[in-house]
Amino acid sequence: MSNILAFAESRGGELRRAGLEAVAAARVIADAKGGEVHAVIFGASGMAAHAASLGAHGADVVFVVEHAAFTHNNPEAVSATLADKIKSGYTGFVCTASATGKDIAPRVAAKLGVPLASDVTTLSVSGNGITATHPGYTGKVIQTVTLTASPAVVSVRPGAFLPKENAKAGGMQALAPSGDPSASRVKVTETAQGNTAKLDLGEAPVIISGGRGLKEASNFKLVEDLAAAFGNAAVGATRAVTDDGWRPHSDQIGQTGRLVSPDLYVACGISGAIQHLAGMRTSKTIVAINKDKDAPIFKLADYGIVGDVLTILPVLTEAVKKAKA
Amino acid sequence: MNIAVCLKRVPDMDVRFKIAPSGKAVDETGLKFDMSDFDGYAVEAAIQITEKAGAGEVTVISLGGDVVQETLRKAMSMGAHKAVQLKHDGASVDSHAVATALTAELKAGNYDIIMFGRMSIDTAHGAVGTMVAEQLGLPVVTAISKLEFDGRTAKMRRELEGAYELVECALPAVVTIDEGIARPRYPSLKGIMAAKKKPLESKPAQLPAERLTLDAMALPPERAAGKIIGEGPDAVPELVRLLKEEAKVL
Repeated sequence: MSNILAFAESRGGELRRAGLEAVAAARVIADAKGGEVHAVIFGASGMAAHAASLGAHGADVVFVVEHAAFTHNNPEAVSATLADKIKSGYTGFVCTASATGKDIAPRVAAKLGVPLASDVTTLSVSGNGITATHPGYTGKVIQTVTLTASPAVVSVRPGAFLPKENAKAGGMQALAPSGDPSASRVKVTETAQGNTAKLDLGEAPVIISGGRGLKEASNFKLVEDLAAAFGNAAVGATRAVTDDGWRPHSDQIGQTGRLVSPDLYVACGISGAIQHLAGMRTSKTIVAINKDKDAPIFKLADYGIVGDVLTILPVLTEAVKKAKA
Repeated sequence: MNIAVCLKRVPDMDVRFKIAPSGKAVDETGLKFDMSDFDGYAVEAAIQITEKAGAGEVTVISLGGDVVQETLRKAMSMGAHKAVQLKHDGASVDSHAVATALTAELKAGNYDIIMFGRMSIDTAHGAVGTMVAEQLGLPVVTAISKLEFDGRTAKMRRELEGAYELVECALPAVVTIDEGIARPRYPSLKGIMAAKKKPLESKPAQLPAERLTLDAMALPPERAAGKIIGEGPDAVPELVRLLKEEAKVL
């Protein structure tokens, strides 16, 4: 059998979109090899409730690992449990290269003594292994790599593999953690929301992002209003803005911040510094609103409006509300 | 505290890259090189720890050809105390192979903290630091934006998407450094002069066979030329129509 294990990422007891994306990417490999996708979800208790959603998105079997020590992220115990499970007979492991997945994937790979195909945007199975593409050099160079190690450990870029309804009516099984999860040397003592936005940058199919063109921190309200009008949007920011403390560091999109690929990216008052473009150039549709018609962001944007973002945003917000109504 | 910082020499990203004739590397003609962004934050954070304590030593380590000596000298001109080059000509994308070579060097160092940037800015895999920790049997906390000590316990903050974690871990440990922890200083003239006399040891790196190979490098497809729909709020209705009918995202 050529079964693939997927990490069903969760936070605060909730299954994250990243978990469904890992299942979608694992399906690509499993379907090519004629194998099954098995997902593992960790949490304190009640995680079994998410098995149905994982099954509906392509997991043939869902393993549920419940323990009080998984209330917060517990990377040592999670990676040890995943590695032991993989050793029991899987040919591959997939997680999403989210903040959590980026932490888990190399731990799992090292425990298995294999390299990691990291943050990949495409996957294909060939005779001698798995071939994948990975944007490097701040997104300016695409590297094609072949992974010949077994098991194959892969992390996939958030947004690159979309969750697909693919009902497998899979089974659910409890799985015991490896070792004592309470004995981890690394202890997460607190997980705190950085802002109050309902959707975050790792989850949202739409990202509304603001830069210096907003002139002052309080004008981010206009960005938040537009995000609220979409209903499925998160708010991002440029490095200039997070450096100035207008927004928390966790909101930063760019070379030194988050790398995102949403369906729609709306850049508000952002000129398009290389630092920023590196984090969002793989977005599917890009809209730019900027007063300078020569701003580099317009070279990347599918649709641009030249003008004052402070007067355009309220009008756009109203128009989106109407379109959504 | 005895601190090691592993760093990588990378090209300046603020250019239009060209692919070398081999099809497996960027054309390095005219490129400027420096330590990778996150590695610079790590070097600075390490130096600040020893400066604050008035004690301790920072060892910088880099794997690569002789050109990495320049990068190691720069780290020493910032204030690192000594350097080790693990000599290896040619690049490797196999994070496990690179980690294995670094682990062989680090295991004898008796370090309290081993630091890495959270990823290199060029190949951007973000795996080597964590793999070294696993190979050394040390705890690792990745992508930290704050680091404080309470005796032998490190207290850290990690940024997540729209959230953060507070994390604790006893030393010795490996950490990988995110932005926000420290802004790298510019080397002073005095620092540059002092760095010339600091010890830089060069020894061969032992890389196992690669099981992740680079097949090709290519420039990403150009996005179709965008269009400016119009100026000011009057352009909003057309934008909404295009988002609805053409892009189908509304």
